[in-house]
Amino acid sequence: MFREIAQGMSLTLRTMFKKPITVQWPEEQKPATPRHRGRHILHRYDNGLEKCIGCELCAAACPVGCIYVGPAENPKDHPISPGERYAARYEINLMRCIFCGYCAEACPTEAITLGPRFDLADYRRERTVVTKAELLEAWPNFEQGRGPSAARGAGSDQRGRELQDPGVSPRLAWDAAQAARGDAPPVPGAHGIMSRPPSIVGPAVRGDGGDRAPATAQASPGDAPAAGEEPAASEPPAPLTPARPRRRRA
Amino acid sequence: MIADFWSATFAPGWWVVVVLKAVIILGFLTTAAAYLTYAERKVAARIQLRIGPNRVGPFGLLQPAADAVKMLFKENTAPAGRDKLLYLVAPSLAGAAALLAFAVIPMSAVQCLNGGPHIGQAALTCPSGYAFHWDIANLNVGLLYILAVTSLGVYSIFLGGWAANNKYSLLGGLRSSAQLISYEMAVAFALIGPVILAGSLDLEQIVSNQQHLWYVFLQPLAFLLYFTGALAETNRAPFDLPEAETELVAGYHTEYGSMRFGLYFLGEYVNMVIVASIATSLFLGGWLSPLPTSWIIVGGVPGVIWYLAKVVVLLFVMMWVRWTLPRLRYDRLMNLGWKVLLPLGLLNIMITGTIVALRAG
Repeated sequence: MFREIAQGMSLTLRTMFKKPITVQWPEEQKPATPRHRGRHILHRYDNGLEKCIGCELCAAACPVGCIYVGPAENPKDHPISPGERYAARYEINLMRCIFCGYCAEACPTEAITLGPRFDLADYRRERTVVTKAELLEAWPNFEQGRGPSAARGAGSDQRGRELQDPGVSPRLAWDAAQAARGDAPPVPGAHGIMSRPPSIVGPAVRGDGGDRAPATAQASPGDAPAAGEEPAASEPPAPLTPARPRRRRA
Repeated sequence: MIADFWSATFAPGWWVVVVLKAVIILGFLTTAAAYLTYAERKVAARIQLRIGPNRVGPFGLLQPAADAVKMLFKENTAPAGRDKLLYLVAPSLAGAAALLAFAVIPMSAVQCLNGGPHIGQAALTCPSGYAFHWDIANLNVGLLYILAVTSLGVYSIFLGGWAANNKYSLLGGLRSSAQLISYEMAVAFALIGPVILAGSLDLEQIVSNQQHLWYVFLQPLAFLLYFTGALAETNRAPFDLPEAETELVAGYHTEYGSMRFGLYFLGEYVNMVIVASIATSLFLGGWLSPLPTSWIIVGGVPGVIWYLAKVVVLLFVMMWVRWTLPRLRYDRLMNLGWKVLLPLGLLNIMITGTIVALRAG
């Protein structure tokens, strides 16, 4: 018994004089392993074109429905992806994402992969929905904040702002942008190939969006000609997560 | 005669000195307990190849303050079916028993103020002038007092376990009382060895008798028994069964939160200091220098420093043991207490007594 105790004690004593293996994050950072499954990255081709062709297969494959792809026709004069379509919007709700990597497996063009970033917590729930601007791989010739929206015409500045500001409800903002462009009003269930509403924002807001769908004008910005004249028109899009009623203490 | 006793006991000067000493020791012990938590975390971290707290202040030195603030600001939640009075009293008893025991620990040799020769490190009394004792109460049965008072610590644990109305708390409290009763005996027997050698229960006397040779060399078995029993009495690993997380959630303090839990925590660390102090006084020569006092630098070091240094070393060993050895199973704990430590303690008393008697005769 005494020998074993002495062995153990000497082991711990020797360990005390070894160098600790602690990595002092965030001052010190260890490079992630090559197959680390952290936050997603949207890739580009070498010539700067986005790999994503807006097919929404990732959203279909996603087991938790955290991916929202807003596809659009590629502008002829200013193609953004080599395909017919491109992802005008691409949003991932990291609160839902389980980092399974099915999106990367489903992607036909290898546009989306899971990257090294893992420090994804935030004080604001809205910021945990990452937008395309954050996900897209940087490219030196890429005009920051203007990329796809540059060729969009009406409502383009609005779109740019939404891309930058994750505090705006992606769904409502997207609807607003659609309405501003005079597109068909968004119909619930007509979004993805799987006819699944973009479940970025959770059940409460999803229902909200469905309710609002017929009243397209409600979310339209003032400058759009197709917009209705309701007084609610100038209201900014609702925040992503409505303020939860405070739970009363038992 | 009653008047004499009255004037001697309640003379104003006497009170001032005692109260001052008590306040200083109280402050010292609570600060020490706070920083022992820091030390414990650092030692644990290094043993596990980690760094430990290093965010609050330089080297994390303000961590205890941050912890205290956190605990003070936390909400006091209490179980519904608790015993309202005992639930509140129990945690405050935790530190109290330990703090009481510190009253008779001599931290340095007697100093003679206002005249009277300074006899040296073995001085016990002053022929003239005022004898300044480095403890709060200079009791001639100090060791007996310590044994009596430290046994009270079990009340806080058991009452805490009982009052919370939680089965895990109750089990922790029961275990704790069983464990403390088992090891109290072994500890008391271990302490009798030095008492026989010194022929006194006065801690100052016992320490100054070790001037030539510390009792740890004369009583190695007793020291080992005492240290083992002390680990059990402070409920520290490998004898931390009362709060065995794997079996009892947190044991007797499962239902305690915020500063009430903090008091239990404080009590444990104050207890560690007490146990280390007793071991220092009885076995490691208390305030006596381990090096010859004729050496220039060593001779000038005050006794308090030596005393504190020895206590710190013992505290480190206690932490070291905690982060090395796994917890004992309950039946083995009882086996160790009753079938190993207790007979060994009796054996030690017998041998020591025989030798002392033979040498005297």
